[in-house]
Amino acid sequence: MKLDAHIPDGPIDEKWDRARFEMKLVNPANKRKFRVIVVGSGLAGASAAASLAELGYAVDCFCFQDSPRRAHSIAAQGGINAAKNYQNDGDSVYRLFYDTVKGGDFRAREANVYRLAQLSVNIIDQCVAQGVPFARDYGGLLDNRSFGGAQVSRTFYARGQTGQQLLLGAYQALSRQIHAGRVTMHTRSEMLDVVVVDGRTRGIITRDLITGKIERHAGDVVLLATGGYSNVFYLSTNAKGCNVTSTVRAWRRGAGFANPCFTQIHPTGIPPHGDHSSKTTLMSESLRNDGRVWVPRNSGDARKPDQIPEAERDYYLERIYPSFGNLVPRDVASRAAKRMCDDGFGVGPSGRGVYLDFGNAIQRLGKDAVAAKYGNLFHMYSKITGSNPYATPMVIYPAPHYTMGGLWVDYDLMSTIPGLFVLGEANFSDHGANRLGASALMQGLADGYFIAPYTVGDYLARVGKSNVTTDHGDFERVEGQVRDRIDGLLSIKGSRSPDSFHQALGRIMWDKCGMARNRDGLHEAIEQIRALKDEFQQNLRVPGSGTDLNQSLEKAGRVQDFLEFAHLMCTDALTREESCGGHFREEYRTPEGEALRRDDDFCHASVWEWQGDNTTPKLHKEALAFEHVHLATRSYK
Amino acid sequence: MNLTLHVWRQKGPHDKGGFETHRMSDVSPDMSFLEMIDVLNETLIAAGKEPIAFDHDCREGICGMCSMVINGRPHGPEKGTTTCQLHMRKFRDGDEITIEPWRAKAFPVLKDLCVDRGAFDRIIQAGGYVSVNTGSVQDANCLPVSKVAADAAFDAATCIGCGACVAACPNGAAMLFVAAKISHLAHLPQGQPERHLRVTAMVEQMDHEAFGHCTNHFECGEACPKDISVENIALLNADYAKGALWAARPKQLSGDG
Ligand SMILES: Cc1cc2nc3c(=O)[nH]c(=O)nc-3n(C[C@H](O)[C@H](O)[C@H](O)COP(=O)(O)OP(=O)(O)OC[C@H]3O[C@@H](n4cnc5c(N)ncnc54)[C@H](O)[C@@H]3O)c2cc1C
Ligand code: SF4
Ligand code: FES
Repeated sequence: MKLDAHIPDGPIDEKWDRARFEMKLVNPANKRKFRVIVVGSGLAGASAAASLAELGYAVDCFCFQDSPRRAHSIAAQGGINAAKNYQNDGDSVYRLFYDTVKGGDFRAREANVYRLAQLSVNIIDQCVAQGVPFARDYGGLLDNRSFGGAQVSRTFYARGQTGQQLLLGAYQALSRQIHAGRVTMHTRSEMLDVVVVDGRTRGIITRDLITGKIERHAGDVVLLATGGYSNVFYLSTNAKGCNVTSTVRAWRRGAGFANPCFTQIHPTGIPPHGDHSSKTTLMSESLRNDGRVWVPRNSGDARKPDQIPEAERDYYLERIYPSFGNLVPRDVASRAAKRMCDDGFGVGPSGRGVYLDFGNAIQRLGKDAVAAKYGNLFHMYSKITGSNPYATPMVIYPAPHYTMGGLWVDYDLMSTIPGLFVLGEANFSDHGANRLGASALMQGLADGYFIAPYTVGDYLARVGKSNVTTDHGDFERVEGQVRDRIDGLLSIKGSRSPDSFHQALGRIMWDKCGMARNRDGLHEAIEQIRALKDEFQQNLRVPGSGTDLNQSLEKAGRVQDFLEFAHLMCTDALTREESCGGHFREEYRTPEGEALRRDDDFCHASVWEWQGDNTTPKLHKEALAFEHVHLATRSYK
Repeated sequence: MNLTLHVWRQKGPHDKGGFETHRMSDVSPDMSFLEMIDVLNETLIAAGKEPIAFDHDCREGICGMCSMVINGRPHGPEKGTTTCQLHMRKFRDGDEITIEPWRAKAFPVLKDLCVDRGAFDRIIQAGGYVSVNTGSVQDANCLPVSKVAADAAFDAATCIGCGACVAACPNGAAMLFVAAKISHLAHLPQGQPERHLRVTAMVEQMDHEAFGHCTNHFECGEACPKDISVENIALLNADYAKGALWAARPKQLSGDG
């Protein structure tokens, strides 16, 4: 496997212009002859499918939900960043670039991040033109807020439903192209494999989730925009269907998987209520703008929060990080909460929680103003917990939320398999070891609206049409493997459900490869995963058949891929002997307990190449150079 | 809590279907309704039976995927709440609960509690957008929108496309869903150029699907988990009347899909 990032020459602010100029163009009349397969209809997939169809390509788009509008992007709450500097508070493309590289703890590629910051401004223009109802001030102009550790107000938002409104914008653009006949939409359809012939991606194999029909789809290029893998932890803030299937399947066909151990644990989730919890719900980070995080000063203090006087509260973020306070980045805030709970200061029924208190904000701004900003989040919180956050502080605890790791891509967003592009959360590209708030929506839309439409065109112009059709032997072979796998799952006929395996896996990963990791724990995790995998092969029970709607079968396939992936994730965490961003190795910390990065040995992306079942994957490294943002220890004190 | 559930089971679109009764014990009041079904499904699997098929994804009340009629009410007893956000503390020990899929001609049952809501997508495809290609747009702040209009657009745009309004309507009409999208775009300057084309195209598509007609029962507004106001329907009707006049004039514009 050769890793060439294809970063264009020239000064960083000219690279993207140069790259675009050097791209080959497809003759407009020929575009409709190219078939583009887009897997995923979230922000990345829907925006790419719509934009490519507008250009004239024939697009097939796939999603597993019953409508493209339901992709997990819909759940994003807080907002989307853009370097518009509408607030005149000192923001610029360069500052957004700088913040993102630094926030990512120096494990992202500078050239990509710079382009992301450049394109951020176009995204807002595009979305407004589509009719996305962003928040506005009384003068009718767009409003901004500061978000997750940023010291400028560059976050655009639509109350607490920014992802929903952005996705509806992209979904509407996609719908327009479906109506025009340029996109064929395949809903309730799951991609189960990639077909690679002569070193080029030629198409995919899918299963129709209603009829169980296995289908072959040939294309000139395939774009994966299938989201992240936080559900490897079982409990996460992701939607229940989020999975790692498409990227693991592509990995097994030769795509490098980069930094799988870089996962983000979000500081403000609602803690699980017991064994039957099926997910953790996120309370948007924007709440930390006005909410103050604290725990009782005395461990084991069992009083109700309102009975604990000010002097006996520890506003630990404000205490430890005076200059950022409650707004420290996610990884820092999550670890601090864990430390407080580990040391016995946690609150809530399980002792794994900290308070997020709006008492001061309500006093200062009034209940109505707080309700106007956060009403829907407060409402959601009270529905889930039965407690009223206007009167009593919220109890929150970190929860798996986002995955920075993903398939390795070059500057053009192409993976190590020619013709396989990867967009959005599914790729590894822009957030390094820690993603800043409001940057995932930005990246998904930059990839889909503004990058892939160019780079995919360039690829097609260079390589021409694929002459492989679905009756090619390799399509038949891969389809056969997909069928065998499904039959395999159905024929085990053991006694344990897919969900119970998933829960068990989640517990291993959360305990040993979650917020803090260490060598012994990771070795144990790998052993436990191996044992669980063996049990899965012998004792799985999937009722029903493969020829109709069978949700247990869908889950079983996803859990099987999670099991395989979990092993890779722990292997990656084991080899990364440093602490950076969301990856905290307990052996590598400063005397104050903060993350200790080891730039001399680990200033690279770790890219894993599949070597066969039960064989250790091979590690490749993409060295990262920091020419603009100088390697420095992140300090939020 | 102990509960008795009467759940609709239907093998496929052509199966007649019927209720199946299950008794549940030790249901925790902190569980969500779907977590309760998860537990039931685990016991069904353990007993070698097929679990109940039901749609869900985000479990946060935002994706619009969950869809159960609970005791005769789409999304159940709690106002302004999707099935996935309904919690068992809203029920009492000993309750009997009936669970059915959306019942509407336009939403055929696929299996158990899953239905096909493709008709909603086709209505949006007919015109529920602003025709703007990627690129070639002006700076976002060149287009001021009064906060009042932006907020009104936002309120309508929060529709999650779940279909509870259709399931609640005695006629199976889709008016509230369509009105929400019309109203979202009609409140914004970006939506004006195609305002009449849009309403005509979307209503035509709606009539084309198997939805019934609106006879002002307004059950939709009661059932809507996002409290989309039925006042949007008045806006839809007014715009449609103008749109029909407009459509009757000779066509000058060539709409690009
Ligand atoms: C609760 C929550 C709040 C968030 N808030 C913010 C925020 O405020 N700001 C921010 O910037 N980011 C936020 N994020 C992160 C952000 O929402 C996601 O990273 C982003 O939306 C991912 O978009 P995507 O297009 O890459 O993938 P997704 O939206 O996850 O879409 C994946 C698509 O792929 C399809 N798919 C997946 N697997 C398959 C398969 N095997 N076959 C066929 N189709 C498949 C799905 O059907 C879906 O259409 C939040 C995330 C969560 C969980
Ligand atoms: S109007 Fe309300 S009930 Fe109807 S689809 Fe939208 S959110 Fe659901
Ligand atoms: S599961 Fe998404 S709205 Fe209920």
